[in-house]
Parts: sequence; structure tokens; C-alpha cells
Amino acid sequence: MNKRYAWTAIVLAALALLPLAITGYHTSIATQILIYAALAMSIDILAGYTGRTPLGHGAIFGVATYVVLYYVTTANGSLAAGIVLGILAATATAVVFGALAIRTSGVYFLLLTLALGMIVWGVSLRWTSVTGGENGIRGNIKPEWLANHVNLYYLTLAITSLMALAMWRFVNSPFGLTLKGIRESESRMRALGYNVPLHVFIGFVVSGFFAGLAGILYAFYNSFVSPSTVELKQSVSGLLMAIVGGVGTLFGSLIGSIVIISLENVVSLYTERWSMVLGFMFIFTMIFAPEGLVGKARQILARRRSKRSS
Amino acid sequence: MMNRRKFLKATGAAAATTAATSVGPWVHTASAQTGPIRIGLMAPLTGVVAAGGREVVEGFNLYWDQVGKKVAGREIEVIVEDDGANPDTSLQKARRLVEQRNVHWLVGNILANTGLAVAEYVKGNGVPYFIPVIAADDLTQRKRLNNVVRIAGYSSSQTPRPIADYGLKQGYKKAVTISQDYAFGHEQCGGFCQTFTEGGGTIMQQFWNPLNTADFSPYLAQIQNLKPDVVFSMETGADASRFIQQWNNFGLKDKIPVLYCQNATDQSVIRTMGPEAEGLISGAHFCEGRDEAANNKFLADYNKAYNKLPSIYGFSHYSGAMWLAEAIKRVNGKVEDKVNFLNEVRQVKLTGSPLGRSVELDPYGNPVYDMYIRKTVKRPDGKLWNVPIASYPNVSQFWKYNPETYMAQPPYSRTFQGIKKT
Amino acid sequence: MSMLAFNLLNSLTFAALLFVVGSGFTLIFGLMRIVNLAHGALYLLGGYIAFTVAMKSGSFALGIGCAALAVAFAGFLIDTLLLRFVKNNELRQVLLTVGVALVLNDLMLVIWGGDTFTVPVPQWLQGAVQFAGITYPAFRLFVLGVGVAIFIGLWLLLNKTRLGALIRAGVDDAEMVEAMGVNIRRVFIYTLMLGTALAGLGGSLGGAFLSLYPTADAEILVFSLAVVIIGGRGSLAGAAVGAIFVAMLNTFGQVWFPELAYFVIFGPMAVLLAFRPLGLFGRAT
Repeated sequence: MNKRYAWTAIVLAALALLPLAITGYHTSIATQILIYAALAMSIDILAGYTGRTPLGHGAIFGVATYVVLYYVTTANGSLAAGIVLGILAATATAVVFGALAIRTSGVYFLLLTLALGMIVWGVSLRWTSVTGGENGIRGNIKPEWLANHVNLYYLTLAITSLMALAMWRFVNSPFGLTLKGIRESESRMRALGYNVPLHVFIGFVVSGFFAGLAGILYAFYNSFVSPSTVELKQSVSGLLMAIVGGVGTLFGSLIGSIVIISLENVVSLYTERWSMVLGFMFIFTMIFAPEGLVGKARQILARRRSKRSS
Repeated sequence: MMNRRKFLKATGAAAATTAATSVGPWVHTASAQTGPIRIGLMAPLTGVVAAGGREVVEGFNLYWDQVGKKVAGREIEVIVEDDGANPDTSLQKARRLVEQRNVHWLVGNILANTGLAVAEYVKGNGVPYFIPVIAADDLTQRKRLNNVVRIAGYSSSQTPRPIADYGLKQGYKKAVTISQDYAFGHEQCGGFCQTFTEGGGTIMQQFWNPLNTADFSPYLAQIQNLKPDVVFSMETGADASRFIQQWNNFGLKDKIPVLYCQNATDQSVIRTMGPEAEGLISGAHFCEGRDEAANNKFLADYNKAYNKLPSIYGFSHYSGAMWLAEAIKRVNGKVEDKVNFLNEVRQVKLTGSPLGRSVELDPYGNPVYDMYIRKTVKRPDGKLWNVPIASYPNVSQFWKYNPETYMAQPPYSRTFQGIKKT
Repeated sequence: MSMLAFNLLNSLTFAALLFVVGSGFTLIFGLMRIVNLAHGALYLLGGYIAFTVAMKSGSFALGIGCAALAVAFAGFLIDTLLLRFVKNNELRQVLLTVGVALVLNDLMLVIWGGDTFTVPVPQWLQGAVQFAGITYPAFRLFVLGVGVAIFIGLWLLLNKTRLGALIRAGVDDAEMVEAMGVNIRRVFIYTLMLGTALAGLGGSLGGAFLSLYPTADAEILVFSLAVVIIGGRGSLAGAAVGAIFVAMLNTFGQVWFPELAYFVIFGPMAVLLAFRPLGLFGRAT
């Protein structure tokens, strides 16, 4: 256990010292990485720990962004109230999604969350009077002291670290262990008397809450929201980060986010073909390493440990 | 918890050190005054106006190639990024160009929503942004920004007003508008509707289709049912070509007259079309079929370089590059002093414009143009182009209104279309 | 009379296209249990190939033919080179097809660029025809005809041929079919190739009246999903009913509730997934 704390401290220290080593532009990339890592972690709660893979979390994430930006810019409300409303809206969306989705699992769960995400996207595209449609909503809602790339990074680091801690506590709590049990064998859990649908529902709502929180941070980072923020691609990206890093590990989501966003920035300097690279990564991961980088690392370590002990 | 304490310590220390030494990270120190001028050109190379987007790059580069990529002793370096016809992507690319590639200026974009997103971004950091095509009204009206300049460009509601006037003169009384549902569409329709209704016409109904609408049939059914005197069609890029095709395929071309916006009958749309695109009426300041010396020369140059007739996107960015060159000469190549450079940009009088007349900005930052009502005809060589059939001299972004009074009314949007209630 | 008839025709002709594409999707989903999220990209690939072949050769028929064959081959490659490594894991298969879709989409962008293209159609299919007081595009009526023909063809295949019987049996219980000594692998491959060929054929048709552009794949995929979910996995009648349902919702939704246009399609899809995932005609195994 102590090793885990040591690793966490090292990672946090590295992240905290990062801005000293890189330029302002790269600091904002780092902010983006953290926000998406948080989104991916929220997806991991379902995909990794509950065994239900969702493709609609981009929509939940974006709902928070839309609500906070709308409230502060168009409705001229206060930032604090906007943030609270944004998180509430995202959680409410997760409640609706979850209530419908708990009746399904596997591929149907995937398709249902995809469809629900598409509904949100469709609304954001066509409800022009509120969402601005194709124009989106522009608004720099950051207070003065966050205008600096570095300050925004530290705020994001602080909040995402707390979120990661909370999610970690959640998945390792007795409730979280029940979710893992559901992932292993739903019928067994049912036989043991657990209310499986209720557990999945709560897991969904909690995951949606964190996705919404990430969405608020995104509003600060991007100062702009449009249907692109809630589109399917967003959900796919988040899921891919969780998978490439390693589902069921939470930490894997951070790795996945770092790998994918850094790769995107590097690859885009040399070629326009980032989509293709991403696609190949997806294919490769699914065939050779579905447990992701962290999962694979753990496998290798475990094998080495068992070899040593035998 | 142990790790929370450690985390707080680590961040606290780092934050303190960084706070003491941080500088606005995107303010790049003045580059050497003899190095190349790096221009970040954003264009939609994919998406609904991809054909036009490509021509933004072609038109812009044509001018620089003609002057040997060098002005007032400084090399010109153009860095191109695809904005995907999407405001979020445009924002990302703008950030990348400014903060990672350290460009001196941003230029380009086509769709108004992408331009507005970028304008919001440069509002915060003072980087000059030049928009020969982004036509969002308010960038030269109610929400003018010091560092956003509409060189060789036009504003959305400026060009459809003569079209509306022409429509009234043809005796049309009842109009229907169909338009892409985004800023440019809202403002073009607003300009049309206000002028049309102020001249005694009525707007029966307005239809708004999302960008990249593949199937117009639901709208066509409704339009046909309303039996209007005329339809104002505000479509750009692929939506324009699909509308024109489907309008013809549904047999409506000979039934209901249509007045098209400038982009719908633009070369980038009609160049690959057949008889369904003949005889279309539109209005614009750029009319490639106009027999005039400067225009003909531009067409010849463009044809030599790219083997096609120029579209409004190629023309606008060619003119934009010419404008920037004039400004660079005015400051003798010293473009690093942004405030001074922007000042000089606003003073430029573009005498070499392919329009054959001098183009300059009005007091609010938008050029004044002669507008032409155009018709598409087939040339002897089989190609389609726009020829003038009527003209409206010296049309500004304010039409016949007093600027201050005009700006007191709300900006055009989905909910405000300037329709005069009778 | 006119408006309603007009919109009904709009719905039916669009439904025909959705049926062609959706029937391919449902066959693959029904028999192989694979949710092929690259189906949209295959549609677009078929469209682009039809466009290039038709432009170069001047023959629309040749364009369609090449498109269907090429996409069937692409389906074969995807299965042999990729899908076989993730057998027995539905989720991994789905996500793999997402990767394939991304790669295909970008590849098409490289080859054909970002412009919008329309597949050229022969003279006799251009313009409008007049009947019963309505003027309607000839090509859309042609698509309706093709849709009906495909329905009949597939029905005959499924109900009157051995392969069809094997497919239907496989949709019901693949293991049983294998236990009876049939090379189920071969049946799978044929079905996959048929399914993807239908996507390619759909692309050729759609490319003529809806045009081809880089995001068309995502759009048709989403519609296909709605068709198959509503109609039911593995059911031909389901694909037809689902297609008509979705097309009507789309057309009339655009007319009556433009602001809720997508909700009108995905709302029912979501509700069905939540309460009756097998759709209207799907059967449990």
C-alpha cells in the first residue's frame, strides 16, 4: 500500500512541477489532458468497474459546459450559480440516461447510451434559440486570476486530483466492490441478494456527476461550447483513453489521456493523418492489448513476480 | 490522508515558485525584424465548404507567388491549417498557430461561426486577425475589435439588400427564405427581409436547415405548398449545390423564381454543375463575368495558375494578400509593432484590386462596393459563369440607413430578422 | 393532397435507401452478433468508388457493380484480417469496428479529398416525372424501385435457398448449426460480404441524390442503427419496417418539429433499447 502512495506522490509532484519545464502553450495542453483524463476516469467507473461500456458520456460532459456558459453569458447569472447548475444538469442527464440504461448490458448498453448521446447532440444542434446551434456559445467566464495558462493549469490539477481521489475512494468502497462483483458475474450478485439495477444506476449517476465536473473545467479551458462538445466523437475519445490506458484501473485513464493527446499534438505537426493513427491505435489495442497499457504493465509485472517466486 | 498532504506540499511549493516568475505565456517576444513574416492561414479544407476552403489557400498564395514571396525586404511564410468548417476546431487551430507556431497574424476562415470563435480568442491576446471572407456583421458594427480587420471583405447583410431591392423591382410581393441555420444565414436573411418588407413586400415563412443538409425534400415540399412569388435561397458550398440540384430535380426551377445569395452561385459551386445551374440570379460585388480590364487580368492569372475561374473565396483572399502587402510596405516591413501596423492596415486604399476600383474601409471598418445582380450563363467553351444584369453603386454595410440609428436595432439573429410589421 | 403525398413519397424513397443499408447491417448483426460501426464508412466507400468508376467509364451500372463488389471485398478483408482476432467478445468487436471506421474515413479523405461529390446518373433517371398531379424526381423513384427489388431478392434468398436457410438458422442459434456439421464460418463470411455489399450499393444510390462528403458515413450509420434497433436484429421485415418508420419520423419531424428533429428519431430508438431491445421483429435466441 505504501508503494501506491509513493507512486501517487511522485506523479502529483511531477504534474505540479510540469509548468516550470514547458512553455505556456504546452501548459494549456497539459490542462486539456487533465480534463480529458477526468472524463475518461468517469467512464472507467462504468466501463472498468461495473462492466458496462458507455458511449454517451461526452454528452453528459458537454451538458455541464453548455449550462454554465449559457447561464453566465446569456442569462447573466453568477459564476458560482452557473457551476452548480451545470453540475446539476449533467447529473440529471446521467439520471435519465441511467434510468433507461440499467435495463440493458453489453452491446445494447453501448448502443442505448450512444442513442441518448445523439439526442443531446441533436438538441444542441437544433435548439438554436438556447444553445446557439452551429454558432455555439462563446464566453470567457474565467475570473481574472485564471487568465494565465499556468494558473488555470494548477486549478485544474487541484480539482482533477481531488476528483481522482474521490473516484478512487468510490470504486474501492464496499459499494464499489459490489460494482466489481456485478462486472464479474451479475447473476451471482443477484443470487446473493444484491439489487443489481440499483447499484448500476447509482454507479451511472456518480460517473455522470464526475463527467459533469470535468465539463465545467472544460468551459473554463475552452471558453466556447458547440455541438462538437457533445458529439459522439467526444464519447469515443474518452472511452478510447480509458481503454488504451487500461479499464478498471482509473490511473490508466490518465495514461491514456496523456498518450492520446500528446500523440495528437506531435502527429499533427507532421501530418494531417491523426484520425488514421487513432483508428489504428484502437484496432491494435482491441486485438493485442484490450487491457490497456496499465493493464498490460500489471500483467507483465505479475508474471515476473510469479516467475521469481516459483 | 497521506497522499493528500504530500500533494498539497508539492503543489504549494511549485505554485509559489511559478507565481513569482510567470509571464503571460502566449506573448511572444518580438521576433527578429528581418526574419520571415509568419502568417497563419486557416481554411475549411474539409466540410460543407471544402471546395471554397481550398481556394482560400490558392487565392492567398497566388498573390504571394506573384510578388516572389517577399515584401519590403521580408520573406512571407504562410502556414495553413484546416479549420474543418467547425468553430471548435478553428479555435484549436488558432491556438496552435499563435501559441505553438508563433505566427504574426491569423487570416482566413470561411464560415461565420468559425470566424466568430477565432475573433473571441484573439480578443484576449491582441493577435491581429484578418478576415477577407468572414462576414459576421457585428465585427464591423456593434462589436468591433481593434485587432480584427475586414480587409477586402464584406459583411453578411451588405450583399443581400440589393438583391431584395431587385426582387421588389421585378414585382415580387410574397417571399419565402430558406437558409443555412448559422450566423451568416441569419444575417443574410435579415438583410434581405428588412429591405424586402420595407419596400412593401411580405415574408410568408422562413426555413432554416442545418449546415450539411443532404436532403432538402422536406423543405421543398413546404415551399411549393406556400406558392410564394419568389424564394431567397441562402446556401453555401455543398448545401448550395445540393439545393440547386434538388430544386431542379423536383421540377421547381421553371415554376418558382429564386434569388440566390452570392455564395450559392459562386464558381466553387457551379463550376462542376450542368444545365440545372444555368440562368440563376444572385447578387454580389464580385462578378467574374464582368468585362473589365482588372477583372479579366485576374481571371487570366488565376486560370494560368489553377486552370479554373476564380471563386469569391479565391478572389477575396487574393485581394486580402494584396491588402496586407500594401500595409507591410507602408510600415517598411516593421510589422512587429502591432498597434502601428493595424493602424496602417486600416488606411490602405487598394487601387490594384481585381474589381477595377479602389477598395477602402468605411469609418466602421467594412469596405464599400458596387454590387451587381448576376445571372449564370454558359460560355462558348461550355463553362458557367456569372455576368452582370444590373448594378447598385457604392453599397455600404449600412445600405441607406444612418449607421448609429441602424446599430441601435438588434443584430440579426434567428429571432430578429428586421421584418417590418405592417 | 399534394403536401401529404409529397412528404409520403419523400419518406418512402428515403426509406428505400435506409432499407438497403440497414438490411446489410441487420444481417451482420443478426447472424454474427457484430455491431458493425464501420458500416457507414463502407457506405461512403461504395459511394466514392461508384462515383469514380461512373465518371471515368460513363456507366452508372458499372459504377454500382464495382462499388458493391469492392465493398464486399473490403468486408472480407476486415473479417479475415481483423475481426477474427476478437471473436467471442462482442464489445471488443464493436470497438474494433470503430477503429476501422476511423481509418477508412481518413483514408477516403486522402484519396477523394474534402469536396462534395454527386454520383452521375444516366439521362433517363435525371430530372422530374409527372404523375397524379405531382412532379417528383425520377431518381428517387428509382431508388424506391431498387429498395423493393432488394427486399424481394433478399426475401427469396433467405426463404428459398439453402444459404438463406442456414443464415436464418444461424440467426436463431449459431452453435446448433455448427453442431449439425455445417461450416458456419463460411456462412458468416458470405453473410458479411453480402451485408457490406449492400452498404456499398446503398452508397452508390445515396451518392446520387444525397451526395458524398466526409461526414456522410457518420450520418448514415446513425440512421442505420436506428433502423436496425427499431426493426429488430436479424429480421428482414424488421429492417423494412424500421426503415419506413425512421424515414417517416425524419421527414415529418423536419417539417413539423424542426427543433426536435433528432429527438424524434433517437427518442423512439432509446425507448425501444431500454424496454424492448429486440426491436419490433427481433427474436430472442
